[in-house]
Amino acid sequence: MIPANFDYFAPNTIEEALQLLAQHGDNAKILSGGHSLIPVLKLRLAAPGVVIDIGRIADLKTIKVDGATISIGANATHAEIAANADLKTHCPLLVETAAQIGDQQVRNRGTIGGSLTHADPAADWPAAILALDAEIVARSSSGTRTIKATDFFLDLMTSAVESDEIVTEIRVPKPAQPAAAVYLKAPQSASGFAVVGVAAQLKVANGKCEAASIGVTGLAPKAFRASSVEAALVGKALDDAAISAASAKADAEADDAMEDIHASGDYRRHLARVYAKRALMAAAAKA
Amino acid sequence: MSFLAKYIGQKVKRTEDPRLVKGIGHYVDDIKLADTLHVVILRSQYAHAKIVSINTDAAKAAPGVVAVYTGADVAGKVGYVPCAAALPGLNVPKYPVLASGKVIFVGQPIAAVVATDKYKARDAADLIEVDYDPLDVVTDAQAAAQNDSPVIHEEFGTNIAFTHQAGTGDVDAAFAAADKIVKETLNHQRLAPISMEPRGVLAQYLPGEEQMTLWSSTQIPHLMRTQVAIMLGLAENRLRVITPEVGGGFGCKLNVYAEEALLGWIAMQLNKPVKWIESRRENFQATIHGRAQVGTCEIAVKNDGTLLGLRYNVTADLGAYLQLLTPAIPTLTGLMLSGCYKIPAIQMNCVGVFTNKMSTDAYRGAGRPEATYLVERMMDCVARELNMDPVELRRKNMPKPTEFPFATATGLFYDSGDYEKALDKALAMADYQKLRAEQAEARKQGRLIGIGVSTYVEICAMGPSIALPAGGWESATVRVEPTGKVTVLTGVSPHGQGEETAFAQIIGDMLGIDMNDVLVIHGDTAIVQYGIGTFGSRGLAVGGAALVKAAEKVVAKAKTLAAHLLQTDEASLTFENGKFVGAPNDKSVSIQEVALAAYIPHNVPEDFEPGLTATHFFEPKNFTFPSGTHICVSEVDRDTGDVKILRYIAVDDCGNQINPLIVQGQVHGGIAQGMAQALFEEVVYDENGQLLTGELMDYAVPKAHQLPYFELDHTVTPTDVNPLGAKGVGEAGTIGSTPATANSVIDALAPFGVTHVDLPLRSEKLWKLMNN
Repeated sequence: MIPANFDYFAPNTIEEALQLLAQHGDNAKILSGGHSLIPVLKLRLAAPGVVIDIGRIADLKTIKVDGATISIGANATHAEIAANADLKTHCPLLVETAAQIGDQQVRNRGTIGGSLTHADPAADWPAAILALDAEIVARSSSGTRTIKATDFFLDLMTSAVESDEIVTEIRVPKPAQPAAAVYLKAPQSASGFAVVGVAAQLKVANGKCEAASIGVTGLAPKAFRASSVEAALVGKALDDAAISAASAKADAEADDAMEDIHASGDYRRHLARVYAKRALMAAAAKA
Repeated sequence: MSFLAKYIGQKVKRTEDPRLVKGIGHYVDDIKLADTLHVVILRSQYAHAKIVSINTDAAKAAPGVVAVYTGADVAGKVGYVPCAAALPGLNVPKYPVLASGKVIFVGQPIAAVVATDKYKARDAADLIEVDYDPLDVVTDAQAAAQNDSPVIHEEFGTNIAFTHQAGTGDVDAAFAAADKIVKETLNHQRLAPISMEPRGVLAQYLPGEEQMTLWSSTQIPHLMRTQVAIMLGLAENRLRVITPEVGGGFGCKLNVYAEEALLGWIAMQLNKPVKWIESRRENFQATIHGRAQVGTCEIAVKNDGTLLGLRYNVTADLGAYLQLLTPAIPTLTGLMLSGCYKIPAIQMNCVGVFTNKMSTDAYRGAGRPEATYLVERMMDCVARELNMDPVELRRKNMPKPTEFPFATATGLFYDSGDYEKALDKALAMADYQKLRAEQAEARKQGRLIGIGVSTYVEICAMGPSIALPAGGWESATVRVEPTGKVTVLTGVSPHGQGEETAFAQIIGDMLGIDMNDVLVIHGDTAIVQYGIGTFGSRGLAVGGAALVKAAEKVVAKAKTLAAHLLQTDEASLTFENGKFVGAPNDKSVSIQEVALAAYIPHNVPEDFEPGLTATHFFEPKNFTFPSGTHICVSEVDRDTGDVKILRYIAVDDCGNQINPLIVQGQVHGGIAQGMAQALFEEVVYDENGQLLTGELMDYAVPKAHQLPYFELDHTVTPTDVNPLGAKGVGEAGTIGSTPATANSVIDALAPFGVTHVDLPLRSEKLWKLMNN
């Protein structure tokens, strides 16, 4: 459990970090909270020559609500997000998701930017980020771009972040009905990661669903939006029958289901349907 | 024996805890010696393969590397890893400390890299080239017992290490006389003990003094000294084993591993201290596993519920080699097959089989959880078959308190017990009848509530010497120092059991002194007289008994001197609150004053031997048999198969309790481990012998939030096996909780016609059963 040798840099500014990244290219890895990268290094599944620790870049820790947009610095820890009063008011789904990640020690160290970039298919954040229609801001030495959450997760452990880029910020449009949201997961008994997790954000008016966005993690090699469920709900009264019928499509977008010693693909598909229903019932009750 | 009882029976906080909670205790890795070299072990990536060649040239040339050793270097120089258990006809394979010629499990040590720091050693290990020629692998124990299986140890021509038959009584007649025969196949899954602190060794050899010191995270410092000395060809008294803080053992450190002798040998080659600290990955691969039995049990029973006989045909998965007690574990299962019941005829037919996996050995409970799970699971199956309440079936077959010592058909004599008392107490705590009514109501609403009861009896305080391969006595020295402080040297090796506290409580009361004036020293073979160690719930019940006997000797000697000092006769002296008081004038002298007078013997009786110290080696005349009843109430989620534990009630009887706080702590931890076995723990190897649960991300050690509140109480049925009347409690929780939890969940699934499910009761498994 000892990593191979690497050179370590701890820049104080994002510009400095980008310069180092441009200089070392594919030979470098970005370290944020360390909860994804360090285990991989210790098991020698990766042996980068250079590790650039962005943990000291204070600018990347800011959490602010500004008009219609919530901005979260990539270095914000899960614990900081879980405890943020503004987020509790304006986007409780972020708070609820953060509070369900790992354990207290993990939440104290792990960061939202690091978790998203790592793109673990069983991570909790992707479900919420998808359900919230978030955008991820990535910078490189040649510029800045924003990536929609729906374009961000490409495959197993693969995000849209290029090797010369660093995720700096997550931008979340303030939900119209912040409270009408839930994240529920079936935790894997050893790791606490999601065997399946479902995040739902609703907008309900006059007893009818005006908008529904549902993110599913854990089921497929990449997290996805359950568009079929969303389409089945819009315009409907959110009663048990409508939610049950819609939730039955929770795995429709999953071409492949993950299989491991913790759960078969079939069971994961089933859990996605059960958890979609439960999440939607709970979110509807809060609307 | 009478006690002052100022401390004994009180919930005294553990004196060990402040240093451990503050992180200032010293574990093996905290021991720093100048010029220490660090060892990294290259382990097999294959479960079964010939080693065609090993090239260490690049590793030897790597920066900081001092030496690289392989099997060829140690062959003939370091003895084989020992197995102390003996069975007739046992096939004992030669188990080299570094693999020679072939490897037979993933994680087997192949080479040791020694470097100036552990980072350089680890880098160099990657430079060793091993050319493997893979062989067919067998991981399933029942398959390994077949004639067409790949053979792991060619010298035996078979994977069968032993066959063992246990039990007495006419089993065939019992089955012929039965109204019903209830049969079930049960798999007792493989578990990993997972102590918080992995193993670790630091070895130092001083060639001038010809002395070796081995710091090791072990439960058995003295037994290790004897075994490692033999392996290294050292005189036993030139090897000192020191066991500093040990961060948990659960049986996995009741062993002698390859690494201990290997590190000792390397220290002798290089004349420098060498250290190896096990990583968690290595801990999963190369520290013993537990349980792993699969078998079929049949019970012969009358229609009125009277048990007539039990037959258990079982295959025990031993793993690749025999570690210290590997073959002994299933024999303990055989001893405990009578459970809390009168079963006139019992037979176990056990086949112990080699597989391409890590060895199994003692894990908390060690053979008894297997027996209790089997018996208690079968009792529920029998009750279902007879349409009897499972509690009434159990009660009907329990021996009465007047029937003790109770002789079982497995050849044991249970010392004492009142099984119905604990059963009734637990039933009252649970409000059992009301629970059953609530369960019936819930079922009507489609809710799946289960109620599981398990009684248990276990075999503890190991034990009489005749029954243990290295003897079962224990030793203690009580040394009153000139200033009146008391030093205890104990042969047990506590690693979480709290004996530093419990032993100070005992001495505090017996000598009438402040318990904070007592220092308990353990785990250093150069300081402490020979001892057996801590395992089998024996620390207090055997080690504490030795302590009582030694303290009695000290008091007796002090009394002689006190009588002299008070110029009275011994018979007129009483000893209370630390003072000898003499009739008729009530003059007194304290034990501290007597101690000083004993060390500065200016005024002593003729022929008085100076000093005030005594040692006792206590030989128990029997095991002890703690018992109890656990009740678990659970609910299964119809949609997901998830299990929620609604209530957990445990009534344990460990005899007299010295420190009820420690007893509760032991019960809590035990229930947690046993419940985790029922619900989610399992070591999984794939068909190639690769370990799929090789880290804590995949192997589910229980966490607090996954467990319910435990409702605890106890009954007290003392034993006469030792002067404390204490039976031992280290393993009880583990033994009672697995069957109670399993019975509860399986009871919840009764509406689906489910009568048995193998552990662990993971959600998907239950969901499939409900949707079959």
